[in-house]
Amino acid sequence: MSLTSTAPRKTEAPPAGSPRRRKAKRAGTPYGFLAPAMILFAAFLAAPIFYAAYLSLRKVKVSGLGLGSKSRTEIWAGLDNYTRSLTDPEFLPSVGRVGAYGLIVVPTMLGLALMFALLLDANRTRESIGKFARISIFLPYAVPAVVASLLWGFLYLPRVSPINDIAEALGFAGPNLLSADLTLFAVANIAIWGGTGFNMIVIYTALKAVPTSLYESARIDGASEMAIAWRIKIPIVMPSLVMTFVFSLIATLQVFAEPMTLRPLANTISTTWTPLMKVYRDAFARNDIYAAAATSVIIALATFILSFGFLKLVGRRAFNQED
Amino acid sequence: MHAIKRSKLATLLLILGAAYCLLPVLWVLIASSKSASELFSTFTLMPSTHLWDNLVDLNGYRDGLYWRWMANTALYAGVGAAASTLISAMAGYALAKFDFPGKSAVFNTILAGVLVPGVILAIPQYLLLAKLGMTNTYWAVLLPSFISPYGIYLARIFAAASVPTEILEATRIDGSGEWRTLGTVVLPMMRTGLVTVFLFQFVAIWNNFMLPYIMLGDDRLYPITVGLSGLLNQGASQPAMYTAVVTGALVSIVPLIALFLTLQRYWQVDLAAGGVKA
Repeated sequence: MSLTSTAPRKTEAPPAGSPRRRKAKRAGTPYGFLAPAMILFAAFLAAPIFYAAYLSLRKVKVSGLGLGSKSRTEIWAGLDNYTRSLTDPEFLPSVGRVGAYGLIVVPTMLGLALMFALLLDANRTRESIGKFARISIFLPYAVPAVVASLLWGFLYLPRVSPINDIAEALGFAGPNLLSADLTLFAVANIAIWGGTGFNMIVIYTALKAVPTSLYESARIDGASEMAIAWRIKIPIVMPSLVMTFVFSLIATLQVFAEPMTLRPLANTISTTWTPLMKVYRDAFARNDIYAAAATSVIIALATFILSFGFLKLVGRRAFNQED
Repeated sequence: MHAIKRSKLATLLLILGAAYCLLPVLWVLIASSKSASELFSTFTLMPSTHLWDNLVDLNGYRDGLYWRWMANTALYAGVGAAASTLISAMAGYALAKFDFPGKSAVFNTILAGVLVPGVILAIPQYLLLAKLGMTNTYWAVLLPSFISPYGIYLARIFAAASVPTEILEATRIDGSGEWRTLGTVVLPMMRTGLVTVFLFQFVAIWNNFMLPYIMLGDDRLYPITVGLSGLLNQGASQPAMYTAVVTGALVSIVPLIALFLTLQRYWQVDLAAGGVKA
């Protein structure tokens, strides 16, 4: 981060007729423009990552009776914290839960987003309905995950849920969506509700950028709308689909707000329901920041391996790096 | 399916999607009009007449603490997004329009930053800020939100697409300083793109839960997400709080929905960044 130390150059006009001096003056400019970003990046991204990695290798040693400030010292722990995290009986179930959650959320959400984007792009409905649907489906993006969880949480309560009202009117017992078997789906539904619209807009924007002349010849040749969608539109928006997939994957692995908010309504959600909830519990309820740091590092590594692995698999760089 | 101008199936699917997305919003609108006893007894979608009473109750909760949460949220999201947009614009412009040693290293570092799960940073950020005695202050939530690798990435694309190199050369020949050029020429040219960066960051901060949840202890500094989550927790022991939670949830989503409807045209998001290039 030594780049950040270069001070911005003064802004007075250079003497006329000395292009070389002007060029030398300009050399510092980009560093000046980058300085605030790089300082903040170092302080709030790089430093916390290194600090977490450091803490994950440390532990507290208590000597004597553990009384007084001198009796507790921090020492190197090797990989103890990692072994402790990985063998914690609550860790693997939480990983399994998030895995299952991701398998439900990511394909359903992106599948729906792609379907709605294609339907909007195909322009086969009345314009007013298309506009209404586009705004309505995008609307949940404006609702914070906490509020979304709260709204759905009430709608899941058997005493409130319209599904239960209808079921009872028909003479059945309604389902309890917050029971142990269904909680995972209940949480997944909140994420799908919140994320579909945003991803739909991303894909729809990519579709709109494609010149319609590309489809017209296919249409003249008698290709169906379905065939045009599969053979032309989906391949064209593939880069957007890849990126929405990677961002959804990252969001899935850090699921936290939804289950934390639902907890007061659903006693089936434990304090270690997802890996990140376990990190939170270890750090703040148990004051074991070392175990929390080790688990954070494991989640971060898993995220990197999954997202880069996926990008490698589909043979793409994360971003278009060339101009 | 082909050769038909309109498709009933397409219309049906879009309307179903819209209904699914509107259902919770419709519910909260109706539920806010119910009294505490009606909330759990009358039919879910049957409105009642207590909306005003519920708003008065919400307003009275601990001397208007709710409005303080809303004001805090506006402060966190407004100041955080404005600062982050300016910082991203400067960095993105430098990366798009200048050649300098270390450029690709800086850019690749920022790209790696986009893929870092932000929530994982929250606990080490808390521990580091605790060492500086800055937790439980407005700064604890504001400062980490000033940096957005994705915002820088977007700003770089917008700068590359909307700021012609010839114009920069012309301002240099005129003898305009680089910082003045940034303020008077470059930022205005990038305006449309910067609104998008601002909105992205504004929504991200407005919706954030974990960072303020960890950083703040004093409930007078809470944003709305943390405040409502706390109210819901109280509901478990005092069910009368549930009407406050439901009414509070309704009021909290009004400003963002209004912002969305008015600024719709800026929501043209291309994650793969093919389409925004000129």
